[in-house]
Amino acid sequence: MIKEGQVRIPSGCAISGILNRKGKRFSGDTIIKSIELMHDRSNGLGGGFAGYGIYPEFADLYALHLFYDDMGAKANVDEFIEHHFEIEKAEVIPTKKSKEIPTSPLIWRYFVYPRKKRLDKSGLDEQEYMAQFVFKINDGFKGAYVFSSGKNMGAFKGVGFPEDIGRFFKLDTYNAYLWTSHGRFPTNTPGWWGGAHPFTLLNWSVVHNGEISSYDANRRFVEMFGYKCTLMTDTEVITYLFDLLVRKHGMSLKEAVNVVAAPFWREIELLSDEEKQKFEAIRGVYGSALVNGPFSVILGYEGGMLALNDRIKLRSLVAAEKDEMLYVASEEAAIRIVCENPDRIWAPRGGEPIIGLVEDN
Amino acid sequence: MKKVYADEKWCLGCGLCKVYCRTSHSQTLDIIKAHKLESPRPVERLHIETGDKVNFALQCRHCDDPKCVQACITGAMQKDPETGLVLNETERCVGCWTCVLACPFGAIVRDEGSKKVAAKCDLCAAMGEPECVKHCPNNALKYEDRGESL
Amino acid sequence: MSLQLGWPDYLVERDENRCIQCEVCAKQCANEVHKLDPDTGKMVADEAKCVNCHRCVALCPTRALKIRVNDLEFKPNANWTSNSIKEIYKQAATGSVLLSGMGNPKPFPIYWDKMLINASQVTNPSIDPLREPMETGVMLGRKPAKLEFDKNGKLLTKMPPQIKLSVPLMFSAMSFGSISRNAHEALARAATELGILYNTGEGGLAKEFYQYGQNTIVQVASGRFGVHAEYLNTGAMLEIKIGQGAKPGIGGHLPGEKVGEQVSMARMIPQGSDAISPAPHHDIYSIEDLRQLIYSLKEATNYTKPVSVKIAAVHNAPAIASGIARAGADVIAIDGFRGGTGAAPQRVRDNVGIPIELALAAVDQRLREESIRHEVSLVVAGSIRSSADVVKAIALGADACYIGSSALLAIGCHMCQTCYTGKCNWGIATQRDDLVKRLNPDVATQRLVNLVNAWHHEIDEMLGGMGINAIESLRGNRLMLRGLGLNQKELDVLGIKHAGE
Repeated sequence: MIKEGQVRIPSGCAISGILNRKGKRFSGDTIIKSIELMHDRSNGLGGGFAGYGIYPEFADLYALHLFYDDMGAKANVDEFIEHHFEIEKAEVIPTKKSKEIPTSPLIWRYFVYPRKKRLDKSGLDEQEYMAQFVFKINDGFKGAYVFSSGKNMGAFKGVGFPEDIGRFFKLDTYNAYLWTSHGRFPTNTPGWWGGAHPFTLLNWSVVHNGEISSYDANRRFVEMFGYKCTLMTDTEVITYLFDLLVRKHGMSLKEAVNVVAAPFWREIELLSDEEKQKFEAIRGVYGSALVNGPFSVILGYEGGMLALNDRIKLRSLVAAEKDEMLYVASEEAAIRIVCENPDRIWAPRGGEPIIGLVEDN
Repeated sequence: MKKVYADEKWCLGCGLCKVYCRTSHSQTLDIIKAHKLESPRPVERLHIETGDKVNFALQCRHCDDPKCVQACITGAMQKDPETGLVLNETERCVGCWTCVLACPFGAIVRDEGSKKVAAKCDLCAAMGEPECVKHCPNNALKYEDRGESL
Repeated sequence: MSLQLGWPDYLVERDENRCIQCEVCAKQCANEVHKLDPDTGKMVADEAKCVNCHRCVALCPTRALKIRVNDLEFKPNANWTSNSIKEIYKQAATGSVLLSGMGNPKPFPIYWDKMLINASQVTNPSIDPLREPMETGVMLGRKPAKLEFDKNGKLLTKMPPQIKLSVPLMFSAMSFGSISRNAHEALARAATELGILYNTGEGGLAKEFYQYGQNTIVQVASGRFGVHAEYLNTGAMLEIKIGQGAKPGIGGHLPGEKVGEQVSMARMIPQGSDAISPAPHHDIYSIEDLRQLIYSLKEATNYTKPVSVKIAAVHNAPAIASGIARAGADVIAIDGFRGGTGAAPQRVRDNVGIPIELALAAVDQRLREESIRHEVSLVVAGSIRSSADVVKAIALGADACYIGSSALLAIGCHMCQTCYTGKCNWGIATQRDDLVKRLNPDVATQRLVNLVNAWHHEIDEMLGGMGINAIESLRGNRLMLRGLGLNQKELDVLGIKHAGE
């Protein structure tokens, strides 16, 4: 049976995201409640969460989360990590076995910082150094997979219904100012722990409902810039596109959205001359970064979250606000279960982003 | 009034207009029978001027002041006041060929079949659109109203 | 020599029950095959002169004619086929190079016909092109590696010159000389009406066509026919022709019979002289020389127009393409071994060059590996026969396709492959006034517009079926293709999986 990474598995799903714009942290059981309501959108073959602000005591260190098939795989990776990073702490991620999650790979986390001499020698900046490291492990080390690599944030995911995964990882014991979550309905069995969402790179996390028809065009574009799409999931390529546009090409989130969900030519025709020229250039230069096909995504990063639908809104997405809280989810009910009376609740238009920012950022 | 105009730029002198003109004025209206079976063979009502560089098909211009009508000794040749068509009423025609001589375009031909009569283009009055225009392979014939009077 | 070892390739069959002796066939055959025998009153045919162009068949009002391949047979021999034997007889009789027109007719594999296209179902809805926007517009030209904006979101990066097409199609280079003035007028007018471009080929550009300049690609080929400052500045894009798919490694050939007054003026050569283009450009012996020419052309047009370089698909096309991109070209046009021509030595046309499908896949992959794919747009040619071929070409990585043979077929060509004689009965590949007249540009323009519109609608349908509503999402999207009956090596070169995977 071939796994993710060897074959591309499309899936339908559920997503949810909750942000406290004042940066106040709250427990993971809120997000579990939200995603649990959308149980029927998953089929038990994948679920996951991302939390931001969960490691305040190690806020300046990179928190690496890894899956290992066995201790032999771990030994190889340990040596590699040791070589490249100073390790502040390394431990098994605490989990609670249950009948819903009977087996799991080895799950470890390391709080690390790049070794100065190696970093200087590489000529890369710290983030690129970490990104390259993650690609090397995922592409080159058998039986090991880095599934989270950001600072003061972490992804928790696996094969099972999301609420069961959430309880497995004891997310009620973590507090974060931003939680995103995903439940998966892959059209193939079995799922693989690494294949669940969210997909992360550095501080980016992406949960995604949909299937990208433009996947291979996007992948071959993004691979020109040094990214390796090892998982062959649509989510992976979306994450890399945002990383490329925002981190490497210096765009703002809004500008990146202009690329990824660019307006139709007939809309561009109606703009002012200056705007028309700008969007023509965007579609010409970044045509291969246009994401085509149904999708609703929630992109999380340390500064907040971005929720977005494809241009012709082929997937559901609902948003709501109450005081400093911002909610987005695949269904209104998944918001109302954690926030009965929001100040405002609405369905964003296709291609129109919902951006929630943490205030002090 | 709509008339047939030949564009000498595109006429190839192929002669298909003649073939279809004969067919549309035949008994059977079938192209093979008209040419191989019917006796006498129907006569075409246009002729093609061919040259080295230029060809064109010429048929009756349905003039406003038709010389053939003036020349006709029996009154068989008439211009229909409503449609503008110049037509020959074959019962009255005696085959004297005066109209043939009178026409400045040489557009009238002698039909020496069962009864000797003058024959000319009738814009395929019965068919709707003139057959020569319909079947020209190179768009060299046009059926349009150019507001001309002749 | 009076002993003819060969015999006519074709037989002219006339149904005497249908023939009405209208003589249209005789009047319309430039090869003088038919004539009315005054003694018998019947039409007769000299089939030795027949080239199977079907002019008489198409014009016969009673459909009395049929042209058949002469079934006179040698003893069956899978190695020494009828054609290979007759070609030897011909060369023994004449001592000449065998010439032919249009593209390679040999039964080499056609990869377009071994690739299948995806459709979306269930997990991804297909899109209905009748009710939703379906975008097929493309921009050809060099693109910057990234765009920069100021803090107010205003665009700072200056874009290099781009060509905008309404559909990913353009009319291929066919020189004035190889085809008639009327054919050029039809291509120019159709390109203008459709919002695409046509290509002058290496024959220069007559002044009366300058009005279509915005939809014209002006070509600079090795013979430099008709190249002067005004010519260069009239076009929307300039194209340096290094080679063409029908005859890689050799230059263009226009026999003196086809060089009349108009051709002479457009090409700036004496009437009646053979126009033989040199094999290489004599100022391009290496890649740096090409760079020099590209920039000379850009200087001459003030950097306002993109410059394309057209090459034939040969064995090391990927390396050559990489060099061309780095030499400053904005567009690379690759012409596969099935490409058409007005005249080429038959052996070169049938045996030199490689299929465009493989060349395209290899070039696209190589440019991506070198991270320079964005520096050029790729246009492919060499037998694009339908909208399905276009969709497959784009999925393999092309930005747009050139169509040559398809365009000529649309305006009347019957693929008799005798263009080099200059006696094209359809008025296309000829300079004889009486034959050129047979191609009425009003009619031909409409037919070209119809063809491209039809393909446009078909492309919309296929895109929508794949769940895509913008053609840039199909470009290089190899997962939308599957191979059928291809071996692993072919699948690897094309970069696609086999059907069922």
